[in-house]
Amino acid sequence: MTQRLPLIIFALVMAVIPLLPGIPPFWIVLLDNIGLAALVAMGLVLLTGVGGLTSFGQAAFCGFGAYTTAVLTTAYGVSPWLTLPASLLVSGIAAVLLGLVTVRLSGHYLPLGTIAWGIGLFYLFSKLEFLGRNDGISGIPPLSIGAFKMLSPDTIYYAIWVAVLLSALLTMNLLDSRTGRAIRALRRGHVAAEAFGVQTPRAKLLVFIYAAVLAGLSGWLYAHFQRAANPTPFGAQAGIEYLFIAVVGGAGYVWGGVLGAAIVVILKEVLQSYLPYIFGGQSQLETIVFGIMLVLLLQLAPQGVWPWLMSKLPFKPTRKTPDTSVKLEHRERAPGTSPVLLHIEKARKQFGGVLAVNDVSFDVNAREIVALIGPNGAGKSTTFNLITGVLAATGGKILVQGKEVENAPPQEVVKLGVSRTFQHVKLVPDMTVLENVAIGAHLRGNSGAIASMLRLDRADEAKLLAEAARQIERVGLSDQIDQLAGSLSLGQQRIVEIARALCVDPMLLLLDEPAAGLRHMEKQRLAALLRQLRDGGMSVLLVEHDMGFVMDLADRIVVLDFGTKIAEGTPAAIKRNPDVIKAYLGAAA
Amino acid sequence: MNTTIMLFLLQDGITNGAIYALLGLALVLVFAVTRVILIPQGEFVTYGALSYAMLATGQVPGTVRLAVAMGLVAFALDLFFARKALHARLVIRSVALNIVFPVALLGLVYALVGPHTPIAVNIALALLIVAAIGLFLYRIAFQPIAHTSVLVLLIASVGCHLALQGLGLVFFGAEGLRGPALSSAAVTAGPLRFTGQSLAVYGLTVGFIVALWLFFGYTKTGKALRATAVNRLGARLVGIRTTLSGQIAFLLASVIGAISGILIVPITTLYYDTGFLIGLKGFIAAIIGGLVSYPLTAVAAIVVGIVEAFSSFYASNFKEVIVFTLILPVLVLRSLAAPQVEEEKD
Repeated sequence: MTQRLPLIIFALVMAVIPLLPGIPPFWIVLLDNIGLAALVAMGLVLLTGVGGLTSFGQAAFCGFGAYTTAVLTTAYGVSPWLTLPASLLVSGIAAVLLGLVTVRLSGHYLPLGTIAWGIGLFYLFSKLEFLGRNDGISGIPPLSIGAFKMLSPDTIYYAIWVAVLLSALLTMNLLDSRTGRAIRALRRGHVAAEAFGVQTPRAKLLVFIYAAVLAGLSGWLYAHFQRAANPTPFGAQAGIEYLFIAVVGGAGYVWGGVLGAAIVVILKEVLQSYLPYIFGGQSQLETIVFGIMLVLLLQLAPQGVWPWLMSKLPFKPTRKTPDTSVKLEHRERAPGTSPVLLHIEKARKQFGGVLAVNDVSFDVNAREIVALIGPNGAGKSTTFNLITGVLAATGGKILVQGKEVENAPPQEVVKLGVSRTFQHVKLVPDMTVLENVAIGAHLRGNSGAIASMLRLDRADEAKLLAEAARQIERVGLSDQIDQLAGSLSLGQQRIVEIARALCVDPMLLLLDEPAAGLRHMEKQRLAALLRQLRDGGMSVLLVEHDMGFVMDLADRIVVLDFGTKIAEGTPAAIKRNPDVIKAYLGAAA
Repeated sequence: MNTTIMLFLLQDGITNGAIYALLGLALVLVFAVTRVILIPQGEFVTYGALSYAMLATGQVPGTVRLAVAMGLVAFALDLFFARKALHARLVIRSVALNIVFPVALLGLVYALVGPHTPIAVNIALALLIVAAIGLFLYRIAFQPIAHTSVLVLLIASVGCHLALQGLGLVFFGAEGLRGPALSSAAVTAGPLRFTGQSLAVYGLTVGFIVALWLFFGYTKTGKALRATAVNRLGARLVGIRTTLSGQIAFLLASVIGAISGILIVPITTLYYDTGFLIGLKGFIAAIIGGLVSYPLTAVAAIVVGIVEAFSSFYASNFKEVIVFTLILPVLVLRSLAAPQVEEEKD
C-alpha cells in the first residue's frame, strides 16, 4: 500500500483544513475553485498530456454539466443528486458526438476544431431561450444530504474534494492498466499501437469522453456551488485557461492537473487583487501577465511544475516487480494445416508513379528463418508494411496460414499471430521497458477501462505484466526492466521491440533490421535467441544489412532490388549469385 | 426574400469574406513557414485599426510604446542568445532593428501626430507600428521555441493572444472606435452602391492572393520560406536563414492583419477584443483551405462571409453558432479524406 500512502495523507490534510480554527472563509472558496478547476485539468491531462489530443474546448463540457442540472432542478424540480448522472450523461453524449468528428483529425486540426466548437457552443448557451440566454439560470438548489444543505463554501468543499480525490484515484488506476498503456501509446503515433491490436480511434474517443465527463462533473458541482449558471465561465477564454492549468502543472501527470489548478487559481487571485494597486485600476491586467507567463513557461519549463518538483524529491517511488510465476494462457491458434506459414503472391505496391514492390512472391515455412535483403530502397520495409497491414497493397495476395488477409488492418493481422518490430524504433520513451513490452500482450488481456478504474483488472493485469517480464528476461534485458525506454541505447531499444513482439505469442516474427546498432556480442546473443525461437516452433522473417549476421543465421534468403525479387535461395547459393553481386557491388567493368 | 435583399446580403458577405480571406491568407502564410497557428492575428487587426483610428483623432496610440518595449526585450534576447559569440556586426544589426527602428518610429509618431495629419501618413504609421510588433513578437515568443511541436507553438500563440488582447484594453479602452474612410468615392450599379472602401477591400484581397501565390510559387525567397516549414534543420543545412524566414512571415502577417483592420474600421466600430472573433473567422477559412492552399482559403473565406451575412439576416441570434459550426462538416470531410500519416512528435 505504499503507493497509496501519499494519497491518503493528502486526503487527510484536505479533510482537516476547513476544520482548522482561524482559516479565512475566503481560503475555502479558493480551495473550492481549485478543486473545480483540477477536475477539468485532470481530464485534460489524460486527453492532452497522456493521449496527445489537445482540446481548447473543455469549458464547453463544463457548460453541458452545469446547464443540465440547472434546467432539471429549476424547471422540473428534479433533486440535485438525481441530476448528477444526467449531467455526466449529457456531457458524455456531447463528447461522443463531437469526438466522432474531432478525434479522427490529426495534429493541429484537432485543437483548431476544439476552439471552433468551443466558441460555437458558448454562443449557443448564450442565445438559447431555455438556458436563460446571457443571464443564465439562477436559483439552483444546493446539494443536500437529508435536511443538511450544502449552502456555504465550506460544506460543498467536501463534495468537491471527494470528487477530485476519487477522480484522481480512478484516473491513476486507469493509466496503470492495459487500457492506460494503450492510451499512453497514442501520443507516439498510431502505427506501433495498432500493430499490437490497439483500436486507436476507439482509445482516443475513450479519453475524449472521459475528459468530457470529468469536465461535466466539475460543471455540475459548479452549478450547485454558485447556485447559478451563465455562459461566461464556459467560453473560449475558460477553455484556454484550463489548458493553461494543465500545461503549468505538467500535462503528463494527474497530480500536475491539481497542482496547476492551485497555482493558477491562487495566482489569478493575487494578480487580481494586487495588479490594480501597481498599475492603477486597469482591469484585465491579469490576462496580460497570464499570457506572458504562459509563453515564458513554455520556453523555460515546457514539462510543467510537477515533474520538476518530483525530480527534487529525495526518494524515488519504488516499482513492484511483477511475479513471473503467474501464467498467461497462450493465444488461441488457428489449427495450422499448411506447412506454409506466410505465402506472398505477386504483392505489388505503387506510390504514385513509384513502384516500391513489384509483383514479389515468396513463402515463409513453419520453423524457418528467412532473411529479406537488398540495397537501400529495395522495398523491404514496404513489403513488411504490406504484410502487417500498415499499407494496403495495390495488387497481389498475402496469405497467413492459408488464409488471405485481403488488406486487413494491422489490428487484424496481429490476431493471426504475425508480430513485428520497426526499422525506426517506435517505443513510448517515457514508459518503462516493462510497460512498453506489456503493450505487446494487449490482445491477450481483456479488461476494459471501467474494470481498470475500479481495479477489477488486477488478475488479468498481473498475467500480462508477468508475461512481459518473462519476455524481457528471454531477450536478456531484466536489468533494465524498470528503466524508461527512452533512456536505453538504440540497440537495446531494438531488443525491447523484439520482447514486445514476442509478447504477442506470435507464429511469425517480422524483424526490421534487428541487429542495427548492436555490438558484436549482442548480435551473437540475438542470433542465438532467434535460433532458439525457431527451434521452439516460431518462424522469423527479417530484414537486415549485416551480411555476416544474415548468412550465419538465415535458412533461406530472398533478395529484392528496386522492388523486384532478383534471387531466392540458401545463404551459400545467394553468395555466389551473379545478380545479387551485381545489385550490391555493381556490374564488373 | 426579394432580389434586392439577397444582393445586399451577398455584397455584405463578400466584403466581410474578403477581409476574412486576407486574414486566412496571413494565417496560412505563417503556418506554412513557421508552423505557428497564429491566434494573435486578430490582435494585429485591432492594433492596426485602432492605432489608425487614434492617430486620426490626433492621439498617440499606446501600441507604439509597446513596439519600443518589445524591441528592447528582443534586443536583450539577441544579446543573451549570442553571448558566446558576440561580434560587432551582429550587435549593430540588432541595435538597428530592435532599438533604432522602434525608437525612430516613436519619434516619427510624436512628430507627425495631429488632427490634420493626412490619412495616408496615419495609415503608414499604423502599419509600421503593427509591423514592428509582429516582428518582435516572433523574436520574443516564438523564435526560442521554433523547433518544438505544433502544439507547443499553438499554446504559446494562445498566450500571446491573451497578453496582446489585455494590452489592447489598456491602450484603447473598453469603448469602441471608428476611423475615417479611406475615400468617399462611391459607384452605383443597379440597386447596389459600392463605396470606395469596399472596392479597396476587394482590390487589396485579390492583389494579396495573387502576390502571395506568385511569391511562394515562383520566387526563390518564397520557396526558401516553404522549405523552412517542412524541415528546419534541412533548410539550415542548405543555407536558408530560418530565423529570417520566421521574421518575414510574421512581418507579412502583421502587415496584412493591420491592413484588414484599417479597411474595416471605417465600416464598423471595432473594440479591443473584436479582432479575436474576426481572426477566428479567417481561421475557419484557413482550416477549410487545409492551412496550405491560398486560393481555397480565399474561396472558403468568401463562403464564410456569405453564410454569416445570410444567417445574420435570418437567425441573427445564432449567427456565430452557425459560422463556427460550419467548420464541423469541413472537419468531417477532412478527416475522411486525410491520409493517415504517421507524425513523428516530440
